[in-house]
Amino acid sequence: MAVQNKKLNLKDKYQYLTRDMSWEPTYQKKEDIFPHEDFEGIKITDWSQWEDPFRLTMDSYWKYQAEKEKKLYAIFDAFAQNNGHQNISDARYVNALKLFIGGISPLEHGAYQGYAKAGRQFSGAGARVACQMQSIDELRHSQTQQHAMSHYNKHFNGLHDAAHMHDRVWFLSVPKSFFDDARTAGPFEFLTAISFSFEYVLTNLVFVPFMSGAAYNGDMATVTFGFSAQSDEARHMTLGLEVIKFILEQHEDNVPIVQRWIDKWFWRGFRLLSLVSLMMDYMLPNKVMSWAEAWEVYYEQNGGALFKDLERYGIRPPKYQEVANDAKHHLSHQLWTTFYQYSYATNFHTWVPEKEEMDWMSEKYPDTFDKYYRPRYEFLAKEAAAGRRFYNNTLPQLCQVCQVPNLFTEMGAPTKLSHRQLVHEGERYHFCSEGCCDIFKHEPEKYVQAWLPVHQIYQGNCEGEDIETVVQKYYHINIGEDNFEYLGSPDHKRWMAIKGEKPADENQDAA
Amino acid sequence: MSQLVFIVFQDNDDSRYLAEAVMEDNPHAEIQHQPALIRIQAEKRLVINRETMEEKLARDWDVQEMLVNVISIGGNVDEDDDHFILEWN
Repeated sequence: MAVQNKKLNLKDKYQYLTRDMSWEPTYQKKEDIFPHEDFEGIKITDWSQWEDPFRLTMDSYWKYQAEKEKKLYAIFDAFAQNNGHQNISDARYVNALKLFIGGISPLEHGAYQGYAKAGRQFSGAGARVACQMQSIDELRHSQTQQHAMSHYNKHFNGLHDAAHMHDRVWFLSVPKSFFDDARTAGPFEFLTAISFSFEYVLTNLVFVPFMSGAAYNGDMATVTFGFSAQSDEARHMTLGLEVIKFILEQHEDNVPIVQRWIDKWFWRGFRLLSLVSLMMDYMLPNKVMSWAEAWEVYYEQNGGALFKDLERYGIRPPKYQEVANDAKHHLSHQLWTTFYQYSYATNFHTWVPEKEEMDWMSEKYPDTFDKYYRPRYEFLAKEAAAGRRFYNNTLPQLCQVCQVPNLFTEMGAPTKLSHRQLVHEGERYHFCSEGCCDIFKHEPEKYVQAWLPVHQIYQGNCEGEDIETVVQKYYHINIGEDNFEYLGSPDHKRWMAIKGEKPADENQDAA
Repeated sequence: MSQLVFIVFQDNDDSRYLAEAVMEDNPHAEIQHQPALIRIQAEKRLVINRETMEEKLARDWDVQEMLVNVISIGGNVDEDDDHFILEWN
């Protein structure tokens, strides 16, 4: 037998891994082995056309991932050993992490499960390998995020039971239902939803400007896991783009199906990321970039280039992109004023932004902040100063699809509430927007099953009828510690003590 | 309409060489420094050459080493043993 010592190049190595280690089944039918491959209507004529541009083989995968982990954990150790939490800009910042660990980290875990499942369902070996690697990456993200935040959990409230909260707390049903929707779709829709619409088009907004902001606020641990995760994302994003191009090139009948998925998942992703808009504008005491600026760079500019590239396949930009672009001037402000009113039912604190912060917002949102939002904060601050910190005791109406309270306004009419409704089989359903209403109309049998937290509370399915019981017993939010106003909270007092300052005015204590 | 490709690196020692190599090989590129990251964008196309990086580092360099320091990219990727290209059609 001739022995070849020639070093394989990248293309050859990848070819061996993804083609030559696969085989054609002989004693079972292919459609029995891969039963989910056809039902969505996607036609694949030749799996060998699948191309992963990174051409990562298992040996390089383990080598580089091990290197990333070593770097990351060295920094976690240094951060913990040096009491890194004392060097952040302000304890208000930690509230962004509370939202992150309850809202985003569990999605990483969901992605790990989703890719493991999708990877089993493709008959093409290249797609299976890519999904398997991504599945392992996503598990790593979920774990490293929990490790990073475990240090904060020792010093601040609200981070103690994220997995439990993710399954139950009202605003966390927004990310949870997003991912459950994707995971219960077929394998091609799952890839279009997560690999393309979410990873490629939208996740930069979380992991690039927000993480840069974490660094700017002294959070060494978070920025490091963020960038370490994102170094895997660069590979995932490339996969997302390749997936779309592959499906579109396989058959022209795939184009309208993919277009509808892009419309749907762009809109769902945009609604989900509204949570990131308030992390950026309100929860980073040292500001780097506004949500509107980040949206311009990472969606309008990059998304514009991307959809221009996809034009040749007959794909147009997402249907409601104009609405999303217009909303960048309002999103974070409308959402923060809502959370402010419902802080009694959140595992994080809210507050009225400080004067310098409001001036920054006036500068970043010249057409909207002073006109529509500053007066609300001035009013809320006055009420709080008079001992009447405002909480809204009526639970909000939720959108049947995205599960965000119906709080957003119409495009071009910032004082007009956006609301759609329709009757389906004798029941009336409510939506935050045309985008969500469209999604419902296409698959009503899926969305009528939505577990809407407010409905569930009122139906008595959350361990009690009064909100206090729901919050404490069902959500595991510790009343008076995790929730309510930031000023005067235990977190605030602890931070003052760390900084050697006196606690804030006791009159401003939470209700 | 302009069509920008981009690459974002962690701001660290490796990336400073990467950024130098990218700017040398892509005179049309623009470099931006933000907290903890270096972002480079360019109209239509951006190339990273192994040869340039090896000159900068004065050692052998594997294109895939870059994966450890990349935070994000935008554009179609074409990678082989000698280069990493980002491109829009």
